Amino acid sequence: MAQAEITGDTMRTADGVPLKLALERALFRSRLRAVMLVLPLFAFLLVTFVLPIFDMLFRSVEDQIVADILPRTVVAIEAWDETSGDLPGEPVFEAIVKDMAEGRKNKTLGRVARRLNYEVSGAASLFRKSGRKAPKITQGPYREKLLKIDKRWKNLDLWNLIKREKGDFTASFFLAAADMQYQPDGSIGMRPENRQIYVHLFGRTLWLSGLITVLCLLLAYPVSYLLATLPLRSGNLLMILVLLPFWTSLLVRTTSWIALLQTQGVINSFLVGIGLIDDGDRLQLIHNQFGTIVAMTHILLPFMILPLYSVMKTIPPSYMRAARSLGATPFTAFVKVYMPNTVAGVGAGGILVFILAIGYYITPALVGGRTGTLISNFIASFISGSTQNWGLAAALGVMLLAIVLALYFLYDKIVGIDNMKLG
Amino acid sequence: MKRLLGSTSLALVAAFAMTASAQAVDLTFVSWGGAYTASQQKAYHDPYMAANPDVKIINDDSSAEGLAKLRAQVEAGNVTWDLVDMVAADAITACEEGLVEEFDPDELLAMAPDNTPASKDFIPGSLNPGDTNCYIPLIVYSTTFGFRTDMVGGTAPTTIADVFDLKKYPGKRALEKKPIGNIEWALIADGVPGEKVYEVMDTPEGIDRAFARLDTIKDSVIWWTKGAQPPQLLADGEVVMASAYNGRLFSAIAEKNQPIGMLWDWQVFDLDGWVIPKGTKNLAEVKKYLKFGTDTQRLADQAKFISYGPARASSAPLVGNHAELGIDMKPHMPTDPNNAKTTLNFDYVWWADHRAELDERFNAWLAK
Repeated sequence: MAQAEITGDTMRTADGVPLKLALERALFRSRLRAVMLVLPLFAFLLVTFVLPIFDMLFRSVEDQIVADILPRTVVAIEAWDETSGDLPGEPVFEAIVKDMAEGRKNKTLGRVARRLNYEVSGAASLFRKSGRKAPKITQGPYREKLLKIDKRWKNLDLWNLIKREKGDFTASFFLAAADMQYQPDGSIGMRPENRQIYVHLFGRTLWLSGLITVLCLLLAYPVSYLLATLPLRSGNLLMILVLLPFWTSLLVRTTSWIALLQTQGVINSFLVGIGLIDDGDRLQLIHNQFGTIVAMTHILLPFMILPLYSVMKTIPPSYMRAARSLGATPFTAFVKVYMPNTVAGVGAGGILVFILAIGYYITPALVGGRTGTLISNFIASFISGSTQNWGLAAALGVMLLAIVLALYFLYDKIVGIDNMKLG
Repeated sequence: MKRLLGSTSLALVAAFAMTASAQAVDLTFVSWGGAYTASQQKAYHDPYMAANPDVKIINDDSSAEGLAKLRAQVEAGNVTWDLVDMVAADAITACEEGLVEEFDPDELLAMAPDNTPASKDFIPGSLNPGDTNCYIPLIVYSTTFGFRTDMVGGTAPTTIADVFDLKKYPGKRALEKKPIGNIEWALIADGVPGEKVYEVMDTPEGIDRAFARLDTIKDSVIWWTKGAQPPQLLADGEVVMASAYNGRLFSAIAEKNQPIGMLWDWQVFDLDGWVIPKGTKNLAEVKKYLKFGTDTQRLADQAKFISYGPARASSAPLVGNHAELGIDMKPHMPTDPNNAKTTLNFDYVWWADHRAELDERFNAWLAK
């Protein structure tokens, strides 16, 4: 223990260092030690979690395919006036013939064809067909020869698209994710109505997630109250009943809901058996929105019960007794004294369930049918299905992330994030 | 000391040489899992491993995400797969993007027993879908309809129009949740001759017409996404009829004795087969395997375990009885003349062009 002595009005340690400084140094050292201890974990998270996510999200705006694979064309097309209504000139056609010949040799033409086909249907086969013949065109007139191979090269939309996407970055994935597109004149407008989908799906995802959160809260509140107030032994037994489904595989729980809810399933057969409904008009309880709501509410329920329970467990029973002894009715005491004390658990459970629900995709894919699928189902199919469009998947993902963050800040403003208690 | 060092290093060199010569090779083959991988295991992998004890074949059931994962592996320069099972449409994409090896089929694949070269023996065009040279087709499968024999009243449905006829056959149907196939069937049900379907689909009015026809049954459809769903929906009595892969229906009918009948009218033919990932570390071993795995007998053997038609002409006469049930497999093959009276060849090129646009429209239509 360093001995402090007083010199003037600064306290110093035995070796003459001001005490304040020595203290700061000691604190810094302990902080450094703490940081060093978590550093491996931090580095691990950065490499395996943060960086890959940002790399994936970055694909929503990054788009170098056109510039990389059609390098001559993007230079030559600079001189073309897209407002003139004319086809690009001979130099542009010469450039694209050479680019296609090289792209075919390097096996890169397929990528640019797929990219352009997202926005101009038919670009895929156009490039495939022309790419096969491009190496044979060694001299002009290039425009005439290419138009002879396929007259779709007259399509100005295609040339507009190439000119627009020649840079390293693109907005078209975000536009697509918001049901918008570039119009022929270069302005931004909505897609044709029969192709608008994502805004509607975002709305549905938010609405269903909100509804599921509210349902979870309504169901979990009494259960958690019971768990928290029962004597330890029976409380623990009930807790196991809550946790058992929680530990069961997600797929198993989802398929059991199918067995229960389908038209020939347990519930319908029971209702028919007791004569409540006719065999002819069994209820459609699954492969629709109802199925998604029921199955997801059940699956997410423990995430609401556990935070609520942990908060309720810490509320001393004496609070309620005090309220009662001061003249409150049981109802008033519950609403005025008990409920405000559980806000932290409600907030934590609500946020947890909502955020999990908004990104759910296995359950809605299996039981959601036509009206109960969520935006994540589309993100998943754009990542790994046969319609691969990682740019669009990333754009939808960024928008989902932005919505979640916005709601999080809204929650912070209204309730305060410090009030949250997760366990 | 010097002698000791010398002898040790000699021993080391010898040890290395030994391990190199007797080195076991692990080959990772990617397929669809379930009954399909099992049929490949029994027809191809097991006999090959029996003949080559130093080779171990590991199955990876990732074909549903095959193209995406393959692209990620090639992009990252770390290819861990040696052979990937894909449908032809994905193989075209993979080949065009340089993700898989190109090859000369007559050099790589086995000849028929009568010395017909592979390029003449495989189904015409199947080795070169979309003018690519990367595909080793194994089977022809079809997407077709099954119906509940006990739920269709007295008369079994016989045409694709019956699927779209709610008056004649009330009840739910199961269809795959994608436009491919459904658009074609809707048009045929609406009176378009099968051979003109893609011509009609080339016009915006044709697509409108298909959606209008689908509209008439929209509320009576359960949309499936995984191949295992439709046989289950049929078995549970959830739907009266369902589109499904014919092998899945066969297994429900023959192996599980479900009251399901086949409706082969305008079945959609497609191919399934292998591609060799570019950058596989065991290319030589894979080539050796392929010489064995693609021969006439092997392809015919796969049909003993699952009702998909072999992609080689010379294999067809060798298709015999089911290995466990003993029933004749020929009448269950999609290529059997009785089943293949009306068939639709899936047009890869048309769908490659219109998939993105029509998926959007289809999904928007579904959501409303």
